[in-house]
Amino acid sequence: MTKYKAMIGLEMHCEISKTNTKVFSPAQNSYSKKSNIFINPIDMAFPGTLPVVNINAVKKALTMSIILGCQKPEYLYFERKNYYYPDLPKGYQITQETKPAPIGIYGSLKYECDGKELTARINNIHLEEDSASLDHFADVSVIDYNRAGVPLLEVVTEPDFRTSKEAIAFLETMRSIYQYADISEADAKKGQIRCDVNVSIMDSTLDEKNPQNWGTKVEIKNVNSFSDVASVIDYEIARQTELKETGQYDEMEQQTRRWDSVSNTTKFMRGKVDAIDYKYFIEPNIPKFKISDKLIDEVKSSIPLLANERKNKYISEYGLKPEDAKILVKEKNISDYFENVIKEGLEPSKIVNWITTIILGSINKLEISIDEFFITPSILAEVIKMIESGKINKNQAKNALYEAVETGKNPLEIIKEKGLEQISDDSFLIDLVTKVLDEHPSEVDDYNHKGLSNKANFLLGQIMKASQGKANPATTMEILKSELDKRK
Amino acid sequence: MYMNKCIKELHEDLKNGKITSKELISESLKKASSLQKECNAFVKILNDAKETEITDNLLSGIPYGIKDNLSTENILTTGSSNTLKDYVPFFTATCVEKLKNCGAVPIAKTVLDEFGMGGTGTTGHTGTVLNPWDKTRICAGSSAGSACSVAAGVYPYALGSDTGDSIRKPAAYCGIVGYKPTYGMISRYGLFPFASSLDHVGVLTRSVEDAAIVVDAMKGRDNKDMTSWDSANIHLYDSLHKEFTGKLCYIKEICDINTYENPTEELKAHLENFNNAIEKIKKEGIEIEEVSIDKNILMAIKSTYDVISSAEATSNMSNLTGIIFGPRAEGDNYIDMMKNYRTQNFSPLIKRRFIIGSYSLQAENKDKYFFGAQKARRLIVDTWNDLLKIYSAVILPVGSGPAKKIEALNEKQSKEMRMIEEHLIVGNFGGFPSITIPDGFINDLPVALNITGPCYKDEEVLNIAAKVESIFPYKNQIRKADQND
Repeated sequence: MTKYKAMIGLEMHCEISKTNTKVFSPAQNSYSKKSNIFINPIDMAFPGTLPVVNINAVKKALTMSIILGCQKPEYLYFERKNYYYPDLPKGYQITQETKPAPIGIYGSLKYECDGKELTARINNIHLEEDSASLDHFADVSVIDYNRAGVPLLEVVTEPDFRTSKEAIAFLETMRSIYQYADISEADAKKGQIRCDVNVSIMDSTLDEKNPQNWGTKVEIKNVNSFSDVASVIDYEIARQTELKETGQYDEMEQQTRRWDSVSNTTKFMRGKVDAIDYKYFIEPNIPKFKISDKLIDEVKSSIPLLANERKNKYISEYGLKPEDAKILVKEKNISDYFENVIKEGLEPSKIVNWITTIILGSINKLEISIDEFFITPSILAEVIKMIESGKINKNQAKNALYEAVETGKNPLEIIKEKGLEQISDDSFLIDLVTKVLDEHPSEVDDYNHKGLSNKANFLLGQIMKASQGKANPATTMEILKSELDKRK
Repeated sequence: MYMNKCIKELHEDLKNGKITSKELISESLKKASSLQKECNAFVKILNDAKETEITDNLLSGIPYGIKDNLSTENILTTGSSNTLKDYVPFFTATCVEKLKNCGAVPIAKTVLDEFGMGGTGTTGHTGTVLNPWDKTRICAGSSAGSACSVAAGVYPYALGSDTGDSIRKPAAYCGIVGYKPTYGMISRYGLFPFASSLDHVGVLTRSVEDAAIVVDAMKGRDNKDMTSWDSANIHLYDSLHKEFTGKLCYIKEICDINTYENPTEELKAHLENFNNAIEKIKKEGIEIEEVSIDKNILMAIKSTYDVISSAEATSNMSNLTGIIFGPRAEGDNYIDMMKNYRTQNFSPLIKRRFIIGSYSLQAENKDKYFFGAQKARRLIVDTWNDLLKIYSAVILPVGSGPAKKIEALNEKQSKEMRMIEEHLIVGNFGGFPSITIPDGFINDLPVALNITGPCYKDEEVLNIAAKVESIFPYKNQIRKADQND
């Protein structure tokens, strides 16, 4: 790709999963493998039903609009996008077109790719409703309306990416924001993220700021995972480059394609002449809604720290190493886990290594999310506290945690069962020391009167043995020395 | 015979034990069944209607009719369309629910033009509704069955919906009262939509007082309809007899016979009757002035309406695919299934409107037609609002005469005739409160006038209507055939 450069734009759809109800109906907004359990007559477009806007979905959308630095409209409108498809019960989707303005226009997002900071311009962000989901079998298709009416945010970028790597870095930053701002779980496995990808190529020598130099836009619809987004982009760049090289590029019309994950190729869907006319018009059942300064202030003040801000806090306030901080904030639930351990009353610096090594290693091995991990922040905090108070040593803690992951047992139980807890009880240790000293008078004499200081280590060893290794070595040594003194 | 009485009288009789709710229901059902044979007013008569407890609520125990585009739980609701000919909803329209809470008793689901998209009462899937005064004539529509049954004394009131003039015109042709309150005063939840920005729920009665009582019971903010608003401080019935000091106006371009080339005898008689009515009202001390407005504004009403209502309708009725409800059609794939269902079940008239709507929303036509119509709508509403700044209400004749002959429906009307036929649509464009009351007879057939006021001034509009009504002898009238029962 030195001869050509790619102009890549994204339309990222992300479900808002963090509202109790759907965007226009009071049905529960939840994901379930069980079909048709979160439904209301509105979601199925029974005659006479009317949409009622969920203000919390509007607030979440406004949150994203603010984070992306978009201009907000004075009034919120919704529009109908009319088309027939079996997953669209009303025969139209309630969405927002760019006229009148959607929840946000003309913003930007800084993101990092290969250690460089890049900026992607946001054309607009709009709030809409998701469609039902379809499952196709050999001779029938079934419709699940759980998803119908789930709030959906669509972010449309300018063609500001040049490589699949940049596009993925952008998408990952977006996902992190969705999670940190408590807008969405942004879980691709639950179908919460879907992308449309635009790719065109142009001669590297030409000025990309002039749209006249741009190539022919190819849109690839419904790409459902980040890895597919990367494959789609790489495939399209290669395909379009091939067309250029063979002199066929100029014949290629503007078109819509889809990703075929079986053949790992994009397939032609329709050309420009067959583009659907969605016959947009303002949804008459939803009166225009004033976005007041008060509402914007309320939303602004409710935006929590995002990944980057948490990272900076970890470095400057907690004194963590930048690389550790970066690992911790990559996923919000890991960062939350870390903060929850801190809340148990521990120093951040004493926690970080446990998480970046054993905890993350274990959840990766188990292929689960940290939220599902049975070693909860409070259990980990207990284990670390035992080290801090000298009850067990680091190696014992490590072994107990590894065994816990192996067996699924609570590490605290393992520590108890194995008697790993060290004895730091003074009176018990004094008795033990006295007993051992009584049994070894010549060694006591060697130490006290012949200056053979290494005998102290021998005596400590005998005491440890007598305690079956449970005596805390440091405490025991202190007591031993004072008891030896008494026998001088 | 009781069902020719007004609501208040019926309530007193029920309270005094002169009659029971059960007896009223039985009389109402009997009348419904005989009217069905005669005029075909009902999609379904609810023969298992049960009496309710008589409370202090004026509507308790009293029968009424429901237009069949209002969703009723466990009761067939068809929209008078083959697309929903067996549809039994599992939720009830808010307005019906409110009447149920008053103890009102639904007796029948009444015929309409398919989904309210017609003005004749001849396009419902169960056939034409005949005018109870003269069975060779239409009732007008779309609330044809509701108008017919109230005029024939089946019950004192029936619910209607009004997108262009669907309550107010059939009321005129059936010699009764038709009232559509300000947009959003009554929730539309459960009303099968035709054109959402124009749709209103309202009522057909035989007196202004009854209209006030029924709308008082149905109105109010509904969390299920974002366009509904809080009208708790509006009391229609209590405000009926307040003093009125404002003045009215009528529009010269509509009311002057010289506007029309070759006017029909009926139009001449109708306008003469209207002008006499104006004189009578003036004599009672209400000031009425003639105003003149741009004729182009009046001429634009119908085409503006056709574009907006058809565009919204084509979208509103896209849910009718036969996939989730309605008789699912055969087909090799979902597109054929939808196509077959819609092709087989919609009447040609509706398909025509879908095409107009779709055409005017197409990218290449949208500016000219759809946005053009929106602009025209605003201009028309502004014109009326200008009048309503000076006058309390606009008073105008309804239609170009009495109900038309069924066989004359296809006769072409002149452009000018549109002005008098279609001005009621302005009430829907602006969401204005608008009421039709009888003002006379032409060839033994009732004709009416309409009073339309500014938004939210429903109390005053009904107050004026009650005063005008009291000048004429048509309050609580039922059709002649039933008067001597």
